[in-house]
Amino acid sequence: MEFIMVFMSAALVNNFVLTRSLGICPFIGVSKRMDTSIGMSVAVTVVMVVSSVITHLLYNFVLVPLGVTFLYIVVFVLVIACLVQFVEMHLKKYSPPLYKSLGIFLPLITTNCAVLAVVLLNVELFYDSLALAVTHAFGAAAGFALALVLFTGIRERLEYADIPKPFRGLPIAMITAGLMSIAFWGFTGL
Amino acid sequence: MNTILSTLFVMGGLGVLFGLLLSYAGVKFKTEVDPKLESLKKVLPGVNCGGCGRAGCGAFADDLFHGNAEVTDCPVVTPEVNQTLSDIMGVEAVETKRMVAFVKCIGTECKYLYKYQGVEGCRSSARLANGGSKACTAGCIGNKSCMPACKFGAMRLENGITVIDSEKCTGCKMCIDFCPKKLIEMVPYDKIIRIGCNTHDGAKSTRENCTIGCIGCKICMKKCENGAITMDGTLAKIDYKKCNNCGACIDACPRKCISNGVI
Repeated sequence: MEFIMVFMSAALVNNFVLTRSLGICPFIGVSKRMDTSIGMSVAVTVVMVVSSVITHLLYNFVLVPLGVTFLYIVVFVLVIACLVQFVEMHLKKYSPPLYKSLGIFLPLITTNCAVLAVVLLNVELFYDSLALAVTHAFGAAAGFALALVLFTGIRERLEYADIPKPFRGLPIAMITAGLMSIAFWGFTGL
Repeated sequence: MNTILSTLFVMGGLGVLFGLLLSYAGVKFKTEVDPKLESLKKVLPGVNCGGCGRAGCGAFADDLFHGNAEVTDCPVVTPEVNQTLSDIMGVEAVETKRMVAFVKCIGTECKYLYKYQGVEGCRSSARLANGGSKACTAGCIGNKSCMPACKFGAMRLENGITVIDSEKCTGCKMCIDFCPKKLIEMVPYDKIIRIGCNTHDGAKSTRENCTIGCIGCKICMKKCENGAITMDGTLAKIDYKKCNNCGACIDACPRKCISNGVI
């Protein structure tokens, strides 16, 4: 039960993009085409889950015993950066088209605040349970993917819609994001 | 002391660990890049001017490599680079003619209707009354809209008008669209005769507004032995296919609006 609660809370109620306003950069940046946004979601999911496992272990078995917990932000950034590099190499090797279409947003996962927020929140909320931390990361990644994919779907349809000229492109995307955010606030009552 | 040592140990250890992991992954996931593509990227100018219509030199190298572009699509390419690129691609080098940008206005003593004070840039001042503060509606406003477009440092402001250094200009054409007066045109580098005027206002008002503006007297047209100069209304125009750099028009022009490229 607790796992479902944590997962739903991270995915819907406290959706990282639409409720907490984290990770807006790729949310706007790679939401033009469905295949890139799915690729981005997968990349972020991998980075989030693996980095929460590693940071959990590092925090509990290295930083705490040595009494240097104040280092946690630096260490977590290091872990995330390393993982992103790893994912980047992997994509470059096995999926060059996706690597190309993600462009600068792939290395930018390093500075994606949603990823850092997940591992920092893990330390704050679930420092004693690896399983809960991973569930939380999965939930956050699912929430990110859900928001990104929904938003991309809407933006793809908007391409063909008859939008007043001044609103075409980014302005209507901003308005869409705002409306989606309001819709996601509805989950607060869950 | 203990804390400092632990910090050093943790950060150093993690750094080394991740470094080793990544270098291992780097070897394991190595993607083979064709050495041809690499050398193409090295030979290209690398200024990312955008003159070829692509995002930068890297994108151009990609297209070139995959056969979606010709070597000569790069406007900046010099004959030597052209040769090297063609050698790498294994194709016959196509002769390119070096073109440079030229601002069709060399009048420096202008009559002003009012003083412009506002946002820097011709594009804003050109929207005001009379298309800028100068009485001449066709000439260079000298408000530097075009300058940021030049990635090669070939443009400078001299006596209130923009001057392009033909030696530094690579012909990337990025400045052309920035001029609200459409003053910048491409001219062959080896033909040095330039008509430095753009006005169609006619003799009377041109005389009043500018000390050198073309009044359409047709003297240059008559003096040109090759028939390279024609009249476009009251403005002399030069056909560079016929021009042979003799300079007869420069000496003949009573208004001195034809220059030999040395400004």
